[in-house]
Amino acid sequence: MNIGFFIDALITVVGVTTPILLAATGELVVEKSGVLNLGIEGMMLIGAVTGFAVTLNTGTDLGDLAPWVGVLAAALAGAASSMLFAVLVLTLGSNQVATGLALAIFGIGLSSLVGAGYVGTIVPSFDSVFPDWLAGDPLWRVVFGYSPLVYFALLMVFVVGWFLNRTRAGLILRAVGENDLSAHSIGYPVIAIRYAAIAFGGALAGIGGAYFSMVITPMWAEQMTAGRGWIALALVVFSGWRTGRLLAGAYFFGVLMTLELYAKASGFSFLPSQFWAAMPYIAAVVALAVISAREVAGSEAPACLGRPFLPNS
Amino acid sequence: MSVITRRHLMKTAAAAGLTLPGLSRGAFAADPLKVGFVYLGAIGDYGWTWSHEQGRKALEQALKGQVVANYVENVKEDASAIPVMKDLAQQGNKLIFTTSYGYMDQTLEAAKAFPDVKWEHCTGYKRADNVGTYNSRFYQGRAVIGTIAGMMSKTGTIGFVGSFKIPEVVMGVNAFTLAAQAVNPKITTKLVMIDTWFDPAKEAAAAETLANLGCDVIAQHVDSPAVLQVCEKRKIYGFGYGADMSRFAPHAHLTASLDLWGPYYIERAKAMLDGSWKSDDVWWGMKEGLLAMAPYNKAVPDNVRAAADKIIAGTKDGTYEVFTGPIADQTGKERVAKGQRMEDKDLLVMDWYVKGVQS
Repeated sequence: MNIGFFIDALITVVGVTTPILLAATGELVVEKSGVLNLGIEGMMLIGAVTGFAVTLNTGTDLGDLAPWVGVLAAALAGAASSMLFAVLVLTLGSNQVATGLALAIFGIGLSSLVGAGYVGTIVPSFDSVFPDWLAGDPLWRVVFGYSPLVYFALLMVFVVGWFLNRTRAGLILRAVGENDLSAHSIGYPVIAIRYAAIAFGGALAGIGGAYFSMVITPMWAEQMTAGRGWIALALVVFSGWRTGRLLAGAYFFGVLMTLELYAKASGFSFLPSQFWAAMPYIAAVVALAVISAREVAGSEAPACLGRPFLPNS
Repeated sequence: MSVITRRHLMKTAAAAGLTLPGLSRGAFAADPLKVGFVYLGAIGDYGWTWSHEQGRKALEQALKGQVVANYVENVKEDASAIPVMKDLAQQGNKLIFTTSYGYMDQTLEAAKAFPDVKWEHCTGYKRADNVGTYNSRFYQGRAVIGTIAGMMSKTGTIGFVGSFKIPEVVMGVNAFTLAAQAVNPKITTKLVMIDTWFDPAKEAAAAETLANLGCDVIAQHVDSPAVLQVCEKRKIYGFGYGADMSRFAPHAHLTASLDLWGPYYIERAKAMLDGSWKSDDVWWGMKEGLLAMAPYNKAVPDNVRAAADKIIAGTKDGTYEVFTGPIADQTGKERVAKGQRMEDKDLLVMDWYVKGVQS
């Protein structure tokens, strides 16, 4: 087992972790503002199909620029789909859990419909933009060999952490999530802030979905995110709504999944295989239970998480 | 002046009544047979469900006017499949194919509720008066790709990305390994079961892991071309499963085993139309046209093609059977004696891997 072996394994870990990290970072911002958006899976799939379709259709005209446009389109599509959720929940006051689930199901259906014509087509993988001698180098590929989306994901974790904890705007967003009535009475636009947060979450979920259809397996297949949205949701809860812990948690999960594959390929598995199949859903249920137990002393969940904003009550 | 007298009315009504049976007989003759299909995945998966859909389309084409074939996609392999099946029966489908192993008990339950409807369960083993089973000898295709893998692997380690440890998959892993060992006795197969039929990202991660651990040819029993895309990127070889997947991996895709369900579906629909349908246990293969191989990649050398063609020919005329002894299991114990062929009933419950499979 030489260094190359560990580098290969690390590259696989990064590939497994990045889409979940992207979606979870977006959802963290949404939940910090007090809204629970369960529709991550749907938004990721909409982003995946949009990113793929735009990259495919602009490939001949834009060449190398096409994937960047594709990712931008995926972000916009994710944000747009999250706006459906936002209008229902913020302006019309519908139940956040039910609406989020509806968005997830809607996203699965819409992406399948839009993607039906793209099955069997491929795009070039959105690979490293660094020069070949760096990205292909046996040692330096561990730093330079990744798709731009990997660096973007890591950057966003730090940007979001800095934004929430070190800027005034982030403080206001957190205030809206902790006590929306007080923030409202001071004069902050609670609804507008939540709209913005939801749009941001949708955009990142869309980009996370695009990672599947443009980097890991550059093709479109229905439901190709296979439950990662639910894992991202659980990850936000397990991280205690803190970006540092989110990064660690996402990579811990990625290492666990990769370790499972290595163990199986080497002739032994350390957990029953049915556990892995059930895991995304167990994780989502546990996460929702933790969120619901807001009365537990010292719970780190934003106090207004999941509750509608009713300024006149 | 009205000539509608009571007598006249009675005569007209009687005349109309007498023509009714003639009308309805004409109507029944024009009513096509409705056939239903329950699909596990999406017809766009370019693999398992796609090939069943090609069979359904072939059925409608061959028996145009006599048969109308409907389908339902993305039916999960749990209790939620039962209402879907019952719904198809209620819609008037008289012959229903349930196209995945995990529909076994659900099919039987739906069949009990609709005894007039004929049901056929794919790759299962439980039957009833109105439930038959049908299967394809996928392992025959595995024997061909195993031969190619054994001859083309330089590292002597070949990989297999599988789904669940059920007999159908186990047979595939074993046939792949036995055929490879026949041309290179030192071959070992590294097996990863990912516990799902479809998850492109996990399939890709599994293929990457196998490649990292030294496999230079990877076969799959999962429903997307993800494994092949990884093989193409890593410049190793792979095989398509269920359909020709060469467009996803022009250099890596050596060949594919093609599921051709059309001939079977047409035959069973004909049996319904002439009233001869009976619950049966059909296990067809290459000889009956249910399985074929895709064209070889340019990269496959002539001697390898010849060896593979020989396996295909031997399979078709019955002289070659991959599950011929001596076969030992992973502990080394001999399970099949020298020269003996494994019987169908043993294959259908196979839950052990052969020596050389690292599971």
